[in-house]
Amino acid sequence: MEWQSPAIVLAARPLGETGLVVSLLTEAQGRHAGLAKGGASRAQAALWQPGNLIEARWVARLAEQLGALSGELVHPAAARALDAPLGLALLSAACAMAEAVLPDRAPYPVAFRGLLALIAGLPVPALADYVRWEAALLTELGYGLDLDRCALTGTTDDLAFVSPRSGRAVSAAAAGPWRARLLPLPGFLAQERVAAAPDELLVGLRLTGHFLARAVPGEVLPAARGRLFDRIADLARAGSLTGS
Amino acid sequence: MPSPDPIEHLVDLLARLPGFGRRSARRAALRMLLHPERMMLPLAEALRQAAAAVGPCAACGNLDTASPCRICRDPQRDAEVVCVVEGVAELWALERAHAHGGTYHVLGGMLSALAGIGPEDLSVQPLLVRIAAGEVKEVILALPATVDGATTAHYLIDRLRPSGVTVTRLAQGVPIGGALDVLDEGTLAAALQARRGV
Repeated sequence: MEWQSPAIVLAARPLGETGLVVSLLTEAQGRHAGLAKGGASRAQAALWQPGNLIEARWVARLAEQLGALSGELVHPAAARALDAPLGLALLSAACAMAEAVLPDRAPYPVAFRGLLALIAGLPVPALADYVRWEAALLTELGYGLDLDRCALTGTTDDLAFVSPRSGRAVSAAAAGPWRARLLPLPGFLAQERVAAAPDELLVGLRLTGHFLARAVPGEVLPAARGRLFDRIADLARAGSLTGS
Repeated sequence: MPSPDPIEHLVDLLARLPGFGRRSARRAALRMLLHPERMMLPLAEALRQAAAAVGPCAACGNLDTASPCRICRDPQRDAEVVCVVEGVAELWALERAHAHGGTYHVLGGMLSALAGIGPEDLSVQPLLVRIAAGEVKEVILALPATVDGATTAHYLIDRLRPSGVTVTRLAQGVPIGGALDVLDEGTLAAALQARRGV
């Protein structure tokens, strides 16, 4: 068994003194683990940093085996983000979320391409695109948000809430007495290339986080996502940024 | 339950040490067993003494026979400059380089989402207490150039900023003796970003 493909490093766990069990995300193979012999060595340590885009090669005798991984660096996203606190927080959160919610060895091409676009833009953090990527993750996982029209009236205007059960949008007029029980829908989430203020980003993260927690064992989202949330909350307090 | 074969037990214990596989553990055990008076018993005594005497320094987290450790007690050291390191191994590496004349603070790990290590698992609060005491003027972050290391550094910068101390970090770039064509792209990019006037 063998494949070779562009892949994004999601996580690397030490095995022995110099080995790493690496988790990758590829377009065709999905989230796929393998053993990188000598991966923690001085020569290879920089390669297997989370967020890096590599050309990966996986070899095993049988498909169900862990297999051996090797790779060459294509885009050093981790190195580019190291000095950018927000970019690094975004990179860590995206890798941790993909690692936490995507099942093993099943293709999720939209999640891969979205993550690829996120890391390509680093060190500048595309925060609104990150929230949209989380919404796309939900769609690929089968928890998709339906933000096209109001679930109650069918209108496409003035969509302001989302049902926490069904994930369907609700207009401000139809929300009525249920308003307090619904999740607020930030305007940028339903529209591409619309800028978002930090407080809108937080609303978006709360919305996607509510549904993503269902896909995580124990319904606890990764700490890295919490750190990204905290950094954006700091920005919201400072009122100093508009995301893109 | 029968007691384990002492030779196999010794090999098992040695094989758990870093740098030892089972084969090298067996070789070391055999060498000691062939010369018990000269090699084995002195080693056992040294291990017993070290286990009893060595512990973490209450001020910086370094391992020493006394607390505060000999680095913290050294009057020649500049107590205004504290170098923050991941672990004792990194502290020893910096000491071997003879490049730092200040004191240290051992964090005891890195923030890691994967390993579930949060700020409360690191020695952050004792560092803040040291700084609040007023003697420290500069904190050098000597943390790994990894995603976890940089995440920890950014976290510490946020926590240290209100104190007003100067926070610096180690440079990243071309190693001594390193040729550019064999460097990885990430290191080259970092070296270019961190270029300085000459």
